[in-house]
Amino acid sequence: MSKGILVLADHTKEVITDVSYEMLGIGRKLADSMNQPLYSLIIGDGAEKFASGFGIADKVFVVADKKIEIAIPELIVQILKKIVTENDISLILVAGTNISSGVGPLLAAKLDYRFIHFCKNLIYENGELMATSQLFGGKIFSETVLNDCKGIFSILPGSFPAEAGKASRFPEIIDIPHPDDGLKIKFKAFIEPEAGDVDVTKESILVSVGRGIGSSDNISIADELVEIIGGAVCASRPIIDQGWLPLSRQIGKSGMIVKPKLYMALGISGAPEHIEGMKDAELIIAVNKDSAAPIFNVAQYGICADIDDIVPMLIDKLKERK
Amino acid sequence: MNILIFIRMVADVVEELKIADDFKSLDIDWIRFRLSETDEHAVEQAILLKEKYGGMVTVIALDAPEVDDALYNALAKGADRAIKICGDWMNFRSPGIAKLFSNYIKDENLLVTQTLIMSGSQAIDDLEGELIYYMGENLNIPTCGIVTSVNYRSDFNLINVYKEFAGGLRGEFEINLPAIIGIQAAEKPPRYIPIAKIRAIMKTAKIEEIDIPDDHISAGKEVNRLLEPEVSGRATMLEGSPDEITAKLIEILSEKAII
Repeated sequence: MSKGILVLADHTKEVITDVSYEMLGIGRKLADSMNQPLYSLIIGDGAEKFASGFGIADKVFVVADKKIEIAIPELIVQILKKIVTENDISLILVAGTNISSGVGPLLAAKLDYRFIHFCKNLIYENGELMATSQLFGGKIFSETVLNDCKGIFSILPGSFPAEAGKASRFPEIIDIPHPDDGLKIKFKAFIEPEAGDVDVTKESILVSVGRGIGSSDNISIADELVEIIGGAVCASRPIIDQGWLPLSRQIGKSGMIVKPKLYMALGISGAPEHIEGMKDAELIIAVNKDSAAPIFNVAQYGICADIDDIVPMLIDKLKERK
Repeated sequence: MNILIFIRMVADVVEELKIADDFKSLDIDWIRFRLSETDEHAVEQAILLKEKYGGMVTVIALDAPEVDDALYNALAKGADRAIKICGDWMNFRSPGIAKLFSNYIKDENLLVTQTLIMSGSQAIDDLEGELIYYMGENLNIPTCGIVTSVNYRSDFNLINVYKEFAGGLRGEFEINLPAIIGIQAAEKPPRYIPIAKIRAIMKTAKIEEIDIPDDHISAGKEVNRLLEPEVSGRATMLEGSPDEITAKLIEILSEKAII
């Protein structure tokens, strides 16, 4: 039987991401029900100043070194492997973000643990651990039971309450020296996003287009709509990858996180990576031909129809009102 | 540069997905397969690198429904060789697929100083995580995922890559070859190839079909159950004719003081 659960803190540019606290919250719950200690690991320059906010963990390992400018999976795994082995840890939670991507499979391969990706839920019951994952862009869920409760899990941001991972007490902090790594990958520099013509994070109305828009010509329908109701046009990843709109308009995991008053999703299926960027909008209205599209699970209002049957008519009616 | 691209076919999520009677897999008679989206970008990035720096591009895939179309498409784009590993691999997940691909690379001595291995950063059914990291570990070579730009420096035999983080932030990394990278998006959108060109390539080029030794590689542990997502926060669906729907929409936008 294992002796602990470990949460790998996820942070970028000196900001701890919310999913770190989500993981600490579910980690604490699992640790209490499994009667095991909860550990956390924070790696990076300035890591020690984050540790005080991790009081929900019993012990926080800190690897702070100016040389660690950015966490490289290979480096994180070197450190994790040592801590996991020395403390007989059997359950590790990592964030399902681009920053922590790669840590899970690499550690799984090194430790011969099982890695379960895209986790939305973790339940400990009758001595077994069940992980629920979101696959196929959120259209199918899978349940995996681990009888030995041993594994590495990547947690999709927004799956658990972040508040449950915050505590006022001060944790025990253990400093760990920066390993003499011999890394095969060298970090050179950060490249800040180019300022776009529009800052989508500051718009109160966003009309967002996805693959269902069909072609680049059809984006004009969204342009026309924002001309009337205000705001800006943005998009999900496939539209940006096609070069139909600039990177500064991308909403989601790799793009911008937005919280507008209105988010109108046209032809967006609602893959978890996109939902992550817009789920906190005050009002979400989705138009999609597929009644099973996951976007309808986060939208307040949904329309199962062709964009061409709805949006031009909406534009005409809005024009008539003016 | 010697570029090897490993591609996989996945269920097309634009279509409806149906869970098979065993509740552990998808009903493959029902679903349509397509090349994994990030793999499509990996093929494009490989062709862009070949156009810029020269070299040889080999595309390798496990046998799967409609995989021949994807391989011929890659050849039509400019790949030099297309290889299909024959067999039934439908239940294989990342760790098992990585073993198959890595063993193939080792057996064929494909890992030389100037080898760059590429694949999509992630597939939509990667329950056990990204293929590239398992392959990197098997082959003991540096690995980097979520890449959106690659430049090769032949004088130092290394690549410079841009890796995506969040909010448009990227990081630049330097990696010595041989290495494996996962492409999130190519520097340019995947090029469109007219059907006539694909038909022409089907007449002149050939997909090399190979069998690989059965090394008792495990497909991966079973999932216990697949299920449709719960629809807890389901949207209120606006129904009726387009005229009725748009009228309701205007009412909602007006109520919320948006218009």
